[in-house]
Amino acid sequence: MRYARPNTPGAKVSYESRYDNFIGGEFVRPVQGRYFENPSPVTGQTFCEVARSSAEDIDLALNAAHGAKEKWGKTPAAERARLLNKIADVMEAHLEELAVSETWDNGKPIRETLAADLPLAIDHFRYFAGCIRADEGTLAELDEHTVSYHLKEPLGVVGQIIPWNFPLLMAAWKLAPALAAGNCVVLKPAEQTPATILLWAKLASSILPPGVVNIVNGFGIEAGKPLAQSPRVAKVAFTGETTTGRLIMQYASENIIPVTLELGGKSPNLFFADILDHDDDFRQKALEGFAMFALNQGEVCTCPSRALVDKKIYGTFLELATERTRRIVQGDPLDTTTMIGAQASNDQLEKILAYIDIGKKEGARVRTGGERVRLGDGLGDGYYVAPTIFEGHNKMRIFQEEIFGPVVSVASFDGFDDAIAQANDTLYGLGAGVWTRDVHTAFRAGRNIAAGRVWTNCYHLYPAHATFGGYKQSGIGRETHRMMLNHYQQTKNLLVSYDPKPMGFF
Amino acid sequence: MTDAPISATPAALALIAALRQQHGPLMFHQSGGCCDGSAPMCYPAGEFKIGARDVLLGTVGDAPFYIGGDQYQRWRHTRLTLDVVPGRGSGFSLEAPEGVRFLIRSDVCAAP
Repeated sequence: MRYARPNTPGAKVSYESRYDNFIGGEFVRPVQGRYFENPSPVTGQTFCEVARSSAEDIDLALNAAHGAKEKWGKTPAAERARLLNKIADVMEAHLEELAVSETWDNGKPIRETLAADLPLAIDHFRYFAGCIRADEGTLAELDEHTVSYHLKEPLGVVGQIIPWNFPLLMAAWKLAPALAAGNCVVLKPAEQTPATILLWAKLASSILPPGVVNIVNGFGIEAGKPLAQSPRVAKVAFTGETTTGRLIMQYASENIIPVTLELGGKSPNLFFADILDHDDDFRQKALEGFAMFALNQGEVCTCPSRALVDKKIYGTFLELATERTRRIVQGDPLDTTTMIGAQASNDQLEKILAYIDIGKKEGARVRTGGERVRLGDGLGDGYYVAPTIFEGHNKMRIFQEEIFGPVVSVASFDGFDDAIAQANDTLYGLGAGVWTRDVHTAFRAGRNIAAGRVWTNCYHLYPAHATFGGYKQSGIGRETHRMMLNHYQQTKNLLVSYDPKPMGFF
Repeated sequence: MTDAPISATPAALALIAALRQQHGPLMFHQSGGCCDGSAPMCYPAGEFKIGARDVLLGTVGDAPFYIGGDQYQRWRHTRLTLDVVPGRGSGFSLEAPEGVRFLIRSDVCAAP
C-alpha cells in the first residue's frame, strides 16, 4: 500500500503553506517576520515555510514558559500524568497522520514511522505518566528527633534542542520526563525537520495549559544559541554532535546550569563464530541484526555501523550478510513495502558520499552499494543512498566516525580479547551489539564493552524503561528511563528537628 | 590540492569571505559524533573555547581551523579540504541560514 503524498487527494496530511511558532498555547508570528523553506527529502521539493526565529522569539517563549511554571510545577502529579496520558491518546488517534508527516519531513519509510517512531513516542508519554505517579522522595531518620526529608521539585523552565533523525520521538524522549517532573519547556526542533512537531502542538494545545510547552523554530545560530545561552533556562538538553555539545556546555557554564547531552557514537556490532553453528532462526536473527545498519537510512546515533566478525566465520558470514543486505527494498518512503527511504537533507547526502569517497581512498573494499540512487516517479531529486558494505580495518576513518548513512564497515577479529579491543577502539560509547549462542561470551562481552547500552542478541530496540545514554564522548545522562526524571528535578532537603530542647551550644 | 592538513575550495573561501563581512573574524572547529557530526562548524572568532588538547590544523581564508586532540589522532593520516554544498545544516554553524553547509572532503596522506 502506498500513502498519498501530503496535500494531494486522499492524503492523511494537509500542511498549511506557512507555520508560526507555538508560544503560550497559540501560533505566533516570528518577531522579525522571516520564514525559511522546508523541503521534503522524499522529493527534494519545498512543502511549507516555517518561522525563522531570532532571540526575540526565544524571549517570548521564555516569557510564556515562566508565566506558566508556577502553576504547572504545583499541579498534582496525578493531574500532570493524566494530561500526559491524554497526549498519548490523541497521538494514537492521529497516528497515521503524524506518521505520514514524519515520513514526509524526514524521508524515513512509513513502515518505520507507523511501527516504531509513533508507537514509541506515544508509549513514552504513558511511561513517564506512570513514573511520576510512582515517584517519591526519601527520608532518613538521623537520630531519635531529627529527620531529613528529600523532596523533589521541578527545575522550572528548561531548554531542549531536538535532532532531525527521529524528530517526534526525540521530542517525546525529552518532553515527557520534563513535563512529568513539572517543568515548562522551550523546545527548538531541528531546522531539517520542523513540521510534525507543529501538528503535534495543535493536538496538544487543547490538553496542556498555555506556556507549558513552547516551540520555536529556526536555525541553530539564530534561535538555538539564544536558548542555550539564556540565563532564564535552568537546564539544557541536547542531542547532536560533539562540537555543538561542547559549545552548549560552555554556554551552560556561563549560567552554572546542568546539561544532558547525547552526542552519538560509532557502535560496534560483534558477531562471534557460534552464530553459524546451526542453520536456524537465530542465525537469521543475527543476519537481520547485521542489516540493521540500514534502519532509518543509518541516521541513528546507535547505528551498528562497525560490524566486527569472528575470523573463523568471516567469509561465510559476510556472504550471507551481503545477500541479506541486497534484499533491502529501497523506494518511495510512503510505500509500506519500502525498507529504506531518503536521507534527511542534501548536505547529509553529500557528507555520506564524501565518506564513501574517503573509504575507497583509504583502500576499503565496497562489497555492495557505495553510490547515490536516483529513483523514478518524481523522486529523482530525493536524497537516496544505496545500502553500502565496506570491508577494511578499524583504523580507517569510516570505522572511526559516525557516517550517519546506510553504510557499515566490516572487519574481522581474532579471539575474544581482540574483539573487545577493537570494539573499544573508538572515541565514543553509546551503543553496541553482541551476537553469540554462548551465555558466558555474551555476558563477558557486554560487561567489557565501554558503551551505555549493549544489545545482546538483539539490536535497535528502544523501549521505555531501558536506559539510553553514552560513555566517553557520547555524552552525559540517561534517557528513556525514570532516572531521567532526576535530570529534570531539584532536590529540596528539609532537615527537621522534633526535639523541643535547646542544643545547648550557645 | 596542497599538502597542508587543511585547505579550502574557492567556493568555501568565497563563503568565508561573505560570512566575515556579516559576522567579523571567524573560526572553525571540526565536529565528531552523530547527526551533524563530522561536519566542520564555523563560528565568530572566540565563540568556541579552544581547549588545551585541541589541535590547530591550519587556516582557511584567515580563519583558524581546529580539531579535537583525540579526533586528530584518528584523522591525521588524511588531508582535509573544506568545501560547501547546498543544504540545511544544523548545529550553531554560521552558514546554515544561507541555505548552504560547509563540508569536509578528505584525501589520504602520509601521517606527519
